[in-house]
Amino acid sequence: MAKLNLSGVEKAYGEVKVLKDINLDIKSGELIVFVGPSGCGKSTLLRMIAGLEKITGGDFTIDGVRMNEVPPSERGIAMVFQSYALYPHMTVRENMSFALKLAKKPQAEINAAVEKAARILQLTPYLERLPKALSGGQRQRVAIGRAIVRDPKVYLFDEPLSNLDAALRVATRIEIAQLKEAMPDSTMIYVTHDQVEAMTLASRIVVLAGGGISQVGTPLELYERPENEFVAQFIGSPSMNLMPGEIVETGAQTRIRLENGGEAVAAIPTQASDKGLKVNLGVRPEDLVPTEGTALYTGQVEITEALGEVTLLYFRKEGDRQVVAKLPGIHRDLRHGTVRLTADPSKIHLFSNGRSLLYR
Amino acid sequence: MHPAFQAVLTIVVGVGGCIGYFYFANLVLDKVLFPARGPQAGRNINRANMIRPWLFLLPALIALGLYLAYPVFATLWLSLHDKTGETFVGGANYAQMMTEAKFWESMRSNALWLVVVPAASTAFGLLAAQLTDRIWWGSIAKSLIFMPMAISFVGASVIWKLIYDVRPAGTDQIGILNAVYLALGGDAPQQWLQIPFWNNFFLMAVLVWIQSGFAMVILSAALRGVPEDTIEAAILDGANPFQIFFKIKVPQIMGTIIVVWTTITIVVLKVFDIVRAMTNGQWESQVLANYMYDKLFTASDWGVGSAAAMVIMALVTPILVWNVYNARKEMR
Repeated sequence: MAKLNLSGVEKAYGEVKVLKDINLDIKSGELIVFVGPSGCGKSTLLRMIAGLEKITGGDFTIDGVRMNEVPPSERGIAMVFQSYALYPHMTVRENMSFALKLAKKPQAEINAAVEKAARILQLTPYLERLPKALSGGQRQRVAIGRAIVRDPKVYLFDEPLSNLDAALRVATRIEIAQLKEAMPDSTMIYVTHDQVEAMTLASRIVVLAGGGISQVGTPLELYERPENEFVAQFIGSPSMNLMPGEIVETGAQTRIRLENGGEAVAAIPTQASDKGLKVNLGVRPEDLVPTEGTALYTGQVEITEALGEVTLLYFRKEGDRQVVAKLPGIHRDLRHGTVRLTADPSKIHLFSNGRSLLYR
Repeated sequence: MHPAFQAVLTIVVGVGGCIGYFYFANLVLDKVLFPARGPQAGRNINRANMIRPWLFLLPALIALGLYLAYPVFATLWLSLHDKTGETFVGGANYAQMMTEAKFWESMRSNALWLVVVPAASTAFGLLAAQLTDRIWWGSIAKSLIFMPMAISFVGASVIWKLIYDVRPAGTDQIGILNAVYLALGGDAPQQWLQIPFWNNFFLMAVLVWIQSGFAMVILSAALRGVPEDTIEAAILDGANPFQIFFKIKVPQIMGTIIVVWTTITIVVLKVFDIVRAMTNGQWESQVLANYMYDKLFTASDWGVGSAAAMVIMALVTPILVWNVYNARKEMR
């Protein structure tokens, strides 16, 4: 049960500002995911919340109390590290009880907390083992257990799954989702570069880029109504296709003529003054459908990737842009063929100077 | 012959000899003993490859055998013979040693050295490693602390003799210990090295001074190897700097601490130069190695001298085995 607020938070190393003007309100019980490309500062922001990095500007509060100068252990947070960070010389039990021992809690209380956490995480048989005798997934669960026993107000996860293999990652991701379900009141902040983790776990996603927040929203908001080209291309796999063009008809719907010769209609209202505006049309690979009528894009398929339930079509590059389409079913026969594609007006995004026309 | 020419000649002969040995030995093996041709070519190649490692090991085996293994057995043999090494006397040398007060004094001093020096050196080394870890002039401080390692034991003894130096009362003390002692209100300058029992500790200070640098360098590297995130996790768990040091860092480098400790222990058991140069075992400061030296070279008693050497070896061996065992464990 904790509300977090970041207002005007920044981080500077000497002259270099790596994070600037971060404003974010986190409600009690939310699971917030920070995503972004490497070096966008997402881990730094998490470590600032944890107190492991100094906040060089702005205010950070938990439940209205300013935390900038509060030592990490008094912030009511617990953190799960990417590398687990288990104490190698302590057994699982000692690892989990270390914080409570330091806090001089009675032994009975410590045992109860540790055993409860071990039950939740199915670690009971391993309590007396050293970390080196555990598998990667078990170590990660111990790291989570170490956080749980402290009963913190806020859980922080720093890329907790990136050291696990693919199968275990999916399983652990589901466990974390169940854990959140079991503790609906806990506030959690989760850093990842994996958008699948972000989309599946988050109540809201914070996309960080270039030292600032690019967009904050629920996973579906980010997917359906990206605020800018960066978010549009960052969320979704393969990335959204962007094609340059210009607005030729305005009104409740907008008609766009593309530089590649195609034409499309977007369900985005525009004013008469927008006519002639240079825009980038965005359309997700999965929203492209073959057509016999007016095509948004016509191209020659260079490579097909049949994934079973879908087939990815990679079209021949024109300049540096590559168009990708994702069609249901298997379409190996389309290789080297010419395909005409269009998309539903509601699935088309328009960006001017990188910003979505939806958010003007 | 000019000495420089002699040195060059030695290098040429030595290095050339090595290269020549390996080249010609392999040549003989491959071309003469087991040539890789004819009906037995495959078998010959296999045999040559089985012998080749021994060819490379041979010079080292001979050198080690001659300079390490042979002396051990020769010493054992001498320890069972009389003064001149001619008549077999059984355990008489050992029996004689047991009756000598100086021997027991040496054993007692060595035991003291054994406890104090490794403990103090490791503790100071660990302290220095931790304190110099995060400050900008840390590496300068470390270089200074490490520097005594480059000084010979005898050189260090001379330096420390100056520190313990005594001048007649009333004159300026050039020994810093006496100068400080008098400045703090001591009544008369002390003959530090002649105070029985305590002079042992003044001698030990020299070795601690030297070995702390060694301990610091090794432990500093080990401390750097402690994963940063376990320390951060401990900070989040609410550990204060002392708890982080003693409960997180030290347990993680315990293996290295043991290796450093035992390595210094072995140095201590062999301690000789410092005692020889500073007190020569007088005023109850005798140690085993110096006792051995006295017997062997001053009293020319090869029997008892060798027996003393065997005692030192018997004491060192178990520690050495443990040391190597721990060092290997650290490597894994």
